[in-house]
Amino acid sequence: MSNLPLYLRQLEAESVYILRETLACFRKPVLMYSIGKDSSVLLHLARKAFYPGPVPFPLLHVDTTWKFREMIAFRDETVRRYGLNLIIHTNEEGVEKGISPFVHGSAVYTDVMKTQALRQALDAYGFDAAIGGARRDEEASRAKERIFSVRAAGYRWDPRNQRPEFGRVFNTSLAPGETMRVFPLSNWTEKDVWAYIAAEGIDVVPLYFAQEREIVRRDGMLVLPDDERFVLKEGEVPEKMWVRFRTLGCYPLTGAMESTAQNVVEILEELQADQMSERRGRAIDHDQAGAMELKKQAGYF
Amino acid sequence: MRPKQQGVTSESTGPVPHTSDIGLLRLMTCGSVDDGKSTLIGRLLVDAQMAYQDHIQAQRKSSGEIDYAGLLDGLLAEREQGITIDVAYRYFASDKRKFIVADTPGHEQYTRNMATAASVSDLAVILIDAEAGLKPQTRRHAVIAHLFGIRHVVAAVNKMDKVGYDETAFRKIEAAFTSFARQCGLTSAVCLPVSALKGDNICEPSDKMTWYTGPTLLSYLENVKPQAMASANVLRFPVQWACRPDASFRGYAGTVESGDVRLGQNVVVLPSNMPAKISDIVTMDGSQDRAETGEAIMLTLDRDIDVSRGNMIVGENQLPDISDQIIVNMVWMEEEAARVGACYTFCCGPQKTIATITAIQHKVDVETLIEQPVQSLSLNDVGQGALGLATSLVIEPFAKNRMMGSFILCDKVTHRTVAAGTIRSALSRGANLHWQNMAVDAAARAQMKGQRPFCLWFTGLSGAGKSTIADLLEKKFFNMGLHTYTLDGDNVRHGLNRDLGFSDTDRMENIRRVAEVARLMVDAGLIVIVSFISPFRAERAMARDLFPPGSFYEIFVDAPFSVCEERDPKGLYKKAREGLIPNFTGLSSPYETPENPDLCLDTSVLGPLELAEQVVDKVCGDWLLNMKKDE
Ligand SMILES: Nc1nc2c(ncn2[C@@H]2O[C@H](COP(=O)(O)OP(=O)(O)O)[C@@H](O)[C@H]2O)c(=O)[nH]1
Repeated sequence: MSNLPLYLRQLEAESVYILRETLACFRKPVLMYSIGKDSSVLLHLARKAFYPGPVPFPLLHVDTTWKFREMIAFRDETVRRYGLNLIIHTNEEGVEKGISPFVHGSAVYTDVMKTQALRQALDAYGFDAAIGGARRDEEASRAKERIFSVRAAGYRWDPRNQRPEFGRVFNTSLAPGETMRVFPLSNWTEKDVWAYIAAEGIDVVPLYFAQEREIVRRDGMLVLPDDERFVLKEGEVPEKMWVRFRTLGCYPLTGAMESTAQNVVEILEELQADQMSERRGRAIDHDQAGAMELKKQAGYF
Repeated sequence: MRPKQQGVTSESTGPVPHTSDIGLLRLMTCGSVDDGKSTLIGRLLVDAQMAYQDHIQAQRKSSGEIDYAGLLDGLLAEREQGITIDVAYRYFASDKRKFIVADTPGHEQYTRNMATAASVSDLAVILIDAEAGLKPQTRRHAVIAHLFGIRHVVAAVNKMDKVGYDETAFRKIEAAFTSFARQCGLTSAVCLPVSALKGDNICEPSDKMTWYTGPTLLSYLENVKPQAMASANVLRFPVQWACRPDASFRGYAGTVESGDVRLGQNVVVLPSNMPAKISDIVTMDGSQDRAETGEAIMLTLDRDIDVSRGNMIVGENQLPDISDQIIVNMVWMEEEAARVGACYTFCCGPQKTIATITAIQHKVDVETLIEQPVQSLSLNDVGQGALGLATSLVIEPFAKNRMMGSFILCDKVTHRTVAAGTIRSALSRGANLHWQNMAVDAAARAQMKGQRPFCLWFTGLSGAGKSTIADLLEKKFFNMGLHTYTLDGDNVRHGLNRDLGFSDTDRMENIRRVAEVARLMVDAGLIVIVSFISPFRAERAMARDLFPPGSFYEIFVDAPFSVCEERDPKGLYKKAREGLIPNFTGLSSPYETPENPDLCLDTSVLGPLELAEQVVDKVCGDWLLNMKKDE
């Protein structure tokens, strides 16, 4: 038997149950792989759920072309190591139009390169269930999200019309045009995720660990200029700083935090001391009040 | 890329609970509006350091105080209306334990939300305002929590600061609550005096209530053991998914829902009743000798038998009931009321089938606990009924196994969840209960269609307007959601009666067959409209005699011969005049006007639409009125 503490074993068993339900009840599920720590845990759980069989559905990565290079390297290495079936989708129309977070702002950029890109991919492959790593503790509007969450045609989320969830009996049936989002990590907190990563020895992108990095301060964010598309504005001077990332996304929109936590234990200690919410470093949440909820209604994950 | 330090135990890190053995506590909170539920949860989150500083700062009032309740804001619409409308989940952890809080509002839809929260919780924290005492709503919440599996409750008597931290005030509420809890069957009920706002006795003992020597709320929650959810020694393993990555491996994935499973154990696979032995307990961390309740594992068996999703692996000599008739409690969650005869998709763990509501016995008044006999369950009603299942399933009562004894009903068309429920018991085939022995007879078939079946027999001359009125009438019935069928010369003469001609004997046989078919259709539960000239009293009387009393209406469509001949829609009168049609009713053959029709439609006064309405009013008026009253 594994030597995880009981509460992590309980969370693990719940997630495995959800993943197996998804496979058993849907025609064509897909795992939305965003390369971050939650995705790493999700992938680990999927490998456990179906062992000794392979992960029985493809992974989908919506590549905005603005991800950290280290993320892409990590993704490709992970796929190779576990023999996974990875689908990479980019909104080519957006690329042709040159949509960029620097030029078009985070709102437009997120809509085109993430929300629309995801819809395109789901449409193109006809997935009826998309498994994601979102957790309810991430953001207020997610506290009420279901584990199996129905999306109307066009992937719209209607927070007023959610199906009640009763114990572990999930209603997985869909009307024509509807699709399902599945969140096996619903009941995990950020601390649970790190504690599990530590206990199970799960690999994560090294950007999560503190290191001296070249950083530019912009709009109150610590930005890591990850490629030549980042152009210094007047007065901006890159500085060497000990930082790490608490969440990972597109490099121009993901703020680093000052930290010296170089391993999981130190991260857990830091989390306890710091007590700032995880999404604080993200530009997209600050656009407007209820930003996340509006994005979800529009189909952003 | 591995984190530098591996296999960290929880002891080395602050935020991870130390006591790894105690496991999660899933709790729900209930209480009437303004009793301080949000404040209490906000306080727990802040004191347990689970609320983030940036969130807390956002909730600081100008006075510098934290608006604890404000920490729990959820969706936009709710924020605007200042209400919470659903179940929200909150997470916090102390040094000892991780907690999952299902937070339910006390407002609209509370029954459904309470039931949902209770179904995922081990324990309920009930807020009671020390000033106001036990309110009806508080009782309601406790009752619903109990119905859906909660056996442990903690009553937090809140706002003690407002009653001067007075012991007498607390003891009074404690006594009232304890007696109420006993009455509704809660096995463990504890009362604690607290002030959520001031933080007394939440995480820290209060120096203002030295008379109280019990635990703080947090310390109580940290140490309480969740109720045993399943019978300890009875193996139940519902198969969630059969894993066959290649020809050599066949594993059965699932979660142990009760008991434990051991290598080499003798088991039986249901419903096929095939015996087998456990040959391996597979996990990615290696094979196990044993797996306990709650573990998600994969089993292999020592022989090749057909096992698929929805099957159950159980210990030998521990066979559960298998049944297609069950008695259930359920909470109705749909606008359209539950009624006998309605059919839904039934989901119970990985088992799935079609269920028909075969009886609704009573609903529970959640304030008085009194069971009232009812015919249907409306939105948010909780009641008891019986379900008939299309296939026999493994049935485990909720009292024995919470997970396996829970089910939902889903609409077959909209796929919405219309009800959630708990299984009370299975009925064996011989059980001497009336709904079990319910014959599928005319009454049952009618009930399932939600209508009273009958036959409307239109008689009258050719061209009198029978078909026109019958057609309008059938559309009306259809719009009313009724199930109908029309029999007329067109659809009978070409098929069923194509061997018959127009001699007197053949015409008589024609009518006899039509009457018999109509009778069968009424027996099947349909409203049948027959539209035939049927000129002879004897044949109409013969038809009437075939039907149960009150289910046959003779309707005379009255139009004078001259008018019919003038209309002559099919050109038959002309042909008959030319002698091309022998035995033409009204010309060469008599039409015997009904002496005592149930209804006479005078086509010279009213148009077909009005006449169709007359039929609806006169023939089914009372019954329609009754239908409306029932709703
Ligand atoms: N004096 C006092 N007021 C309280 C206490 N707990 C809550 N309140 C107040 O009671 C009101 C309702 O509290 P709230 O938490 O929103 O109640 P809910 O509707 O149950 O969530 C608010 O004004 C709170 O500040 C308490 O322990 N003492």
